[in-house]
Amino acid sequence: MTLEDKKMAKITCAVVGSGNIGTDLMYKLLRSPHLELTAMIGVDPASDGLRRARAAGIDATHEGVDWLLERVDRFSLIFEATSAWVHRQNAPRYQEVGLTAVDLTPAKLGPLVVPSVNLDEHLGAPNVNLITCGGQATAPIVHAVARVSEVPYAEIVSTVASVSAGPGTRQNIDEFTKTTSSALVEVGGARSGKAIMVLNPAEPPILMRNTVFCALGDGYDRDEVAQSVLDMVSEVSQYVPGYRLKNEPVFDEDVFQTPGGEVKARVVALLEVEGAGDYFPPYAGNLDIMTASAVRVGEAMAKSRML
Amino acid sequence: MNRRFRLTDSTLRDGSHAVAHQFTEEQVRKVVKALDAAGVPVIEVSHGDGVGGSSFNYGFSHTNEMNLIKAAVEEAAQAKIAVLMVPGIGTKQDLRMAAEAGAKVARIATHCTEADISQQHIALAHDLGMESVGFLMMAHMIEPQHLAEEAKKMESYGAGSVYVVDSAGAMTMDDARRRVGTLKRSVGCQVGIHAHNNLSLAVANSLAALEEGVDQVDGCTTGLGAGAGNCPTEVLIATCEKSGIPTGVDPLKMMDAAQEAVRPIRPEQGVIDRDGLLLGYAGVYGSFLLHAKRAAERYGVDTKAILLELGQRKVVGGQEDMIIDVAMELQRRAAAALETVAAS
Repeated sequence: MTLEDKKMAKITCAVVGSGNIGTDLMYKLLRSPHLELTAMIGVDPASDGLRRARAAGIDATHEGVDWLLERVDRFSLIFEATSAWVHRQNAPRYQEVGLTAVDLTPAKLGPLVVPSVNLDEHLGAPNVNLITCGGQATAPIVHAVARVSEVPYAEIVSTVASVSAGPGTRQNIDEFTKTTSSALVEVGGARSGKAIMVLNPAEPPILMRNTVFCALGDGYDRDEVAQSVLDMVSEVSQYVPGYRLKNEPVFDEDVFQTPGGEVKARVVALLEVEGAGDYFPPYAGNLDIMTASAVRVGEAMAKSRML
Repeated sequence: MNRRFRLTDSTLRDGSHAVAHQFTEEQVRKVVKALDAAGVPVIEVSHGDGVGGSSFNYGFSHTNEMNLIKAAVEEAAQAKIAVLMVPGIGTKQDLRMAAEAGAKVARIATHCTEADISQQHIALAHDLGMESVGFLMMAHMIEPQHLAEEAKKMESYGAGSVYVVDSAGAMTMDDARRRVGTLKRSVGCQVGIHAHNNLSLAVANSLAALEEGVDQVDGCTTGLGAGAGNCPTEVLIATCEKSGIPTGVDPLKMMDAAQEAVRPIRPEQGVIDRDGLLLGYAGVYGSFLLHAKRAAERYGVDTKAILLELGQRKVVGGQEDMIIDVAMELQRRAAAALETVAAS
C-alpha cells in the first residue's frame, strides 16, 4: 500500500468539545494510522484547544455543532468530549444524519464499552459510551476475574489528583459512582458492584490509583485468577501504556459478608495509571485512559467499516 | 461571650470505626435511650464512613445501617437523629433512604480542600427537609484562611453550619483556636468543632473553640471513635458545667450513660497507645488505625511503619486501600533486605 492509499483508507472524524479531554484526544488522533482528524469543534473562541488545533493544521471552529451539521459529508465519526448534558442534546442530531458517536461523557446513552472486554460487540452501534475513567481502569480487571471465577460482588476505589478533576466531575460525583458501579456488573460480569471515588490534593499530584476488590465464589483457582488478571493488565497496557499493577494480585481468605452474599475469599488488585503526557501532565492517568480508550474504539470502528 | 452550644454525640457513627462497624440494633437502642434521657440534642448514627460506607474498603456493617437509624429514631423522645454522608462513598440514594428512615440532620463530609463535591448533596438534604451540616475533614492539613474559603463554598450551597474536623487528632489548642476563629469571622452560618483525642487535647480543643465562639461541638461517649477516640461527651459536659458553660445536658445522667450503656461495648476505650499517639503526631486519618493493625497482622509487617508511610504519602480519608498497598510494599522491602543478608 502506498502512503497515498493509506491516507485514503482512513476514516474521517471530528472532536466535539475543545476542553482538556478534547485537546488530549486530538493529540492522540493525530498519531492514529486509521483515523483522520479533520475538525475540532468548540464554543469558546478563546479556547486553548482550538488554538492548538489550528496550529496542528486542523479546521477549528467555535460555532458549535451547527457548523458540523452543515458539513456532515466530511465526517464519519464524532468523538464527544463535552458534557453529559450537551451530549444528550447532540446525540439525536448526529443519529439523524447518520454520524456515529463515541461518547466520552457519562451520558450513558449507548452501550458501555471497554476496549479490552467488549469492543467487538458494539462496533456497529450508532452511539457507544466510554463509562468513566474509573470504569475504564477497573471493569477489565473485574471481567478478568469473572471469566475464570464466580464474582458475587466487586468493589473499586479510584483515587485521582484533585487538580485532574474538573468542575463537571466535582458537581456530578454521584453520576461517576453510579455509572462506574453499573459497569462493574454490565461489563465486568460481577453480580453486584460498588464504586468509590476519592480526590487527593497532595502536591506534587499523585498518579491515578485504582483498587479492585472481587469477592470470589467457592472453587476458584488462585493461579488461574492471578494469570487472568495479569493477562488483562498486559492487554489494557497495549492501548494505555502507563497502566500497570503495583503488586501481584493479593488473595485474602476470610469470611466476608458482601452485598452479593457471604464469601470465603477475595482478590485485590492494586493498579496505577500514568498518563502519556499528551496535553495533561502524566499524573492525570484518569484522563489519559479515557482518550486512549476512545482512540482504540474509533480505530476498531474504522477497521470494521473498511472490510 | 455567650458560650452556649449545641452538642452532637457521634458515638454511633464515629464509634462505629472502633468496633469495626459491628454495632447491633440492641446496642443502638440502649445508647440512644441513655443519651436521649440525658438531654443530648443530636445523635449521629451511620457506618463510620457515612451512609453507604459498608464495603471491602472500609469494612462491612454487621447490621444494615438503615435499620440502626430506624431503631434510633424510635428510641429518641427528644433527640434528632443525624447521619454522615461522604460524597464519593455514599450516594444521594443513601441520603434519601436515611431521610425516609427518619434522620433529620445530614452531615456532608469532604476532605478539607474538596468542599465543591458536596454541592449536590447539601442541596438534596434541603429538598428532603433535613438540616445540612458541612464537615471539613483533616482540617489540620491546611491553613485557617484556606479552610475558610472551603467553608464559604459549603455555606453558599446552603449548609446551615460548617465544621472544623480534626480527623487525625493532630491539632494543638492553638491550631483549633485559629481555625475556629478564622471561620467564625469568615462565614455567616454556624461553626462546629469535631475533635479527636490522640494528643489528649480533645476536650481542651473543644473548650478553646468555645472561647472563639463555636456554635456546635461533637463528642463521643467514653470517647468511642476512630483512632485514639474522640472528645468524650461525658467529660466535656462535666467540664462545661464546672466552667459555667450551659449545655442542656444532665452531667450525672451523662456519666451513667457512659458507664452503663457505652463502656460495656469497649471497656478499654480511652487509652492512648503508641499507634493512637502516632496518628496524631504524624497527622494520619484516625479511621486507618484498625485497618493498619489488621494489615500488619495479615502481611506480617509493623503497624507503626505502615502509619508513618501513610503520613509521608499524604493519603486522605477514604484511601484505606492504600494501607494494603503500603503493607505489601513493606513486605517486599523486608524480603529484599533478607535476600541481601542471605547473599552477603
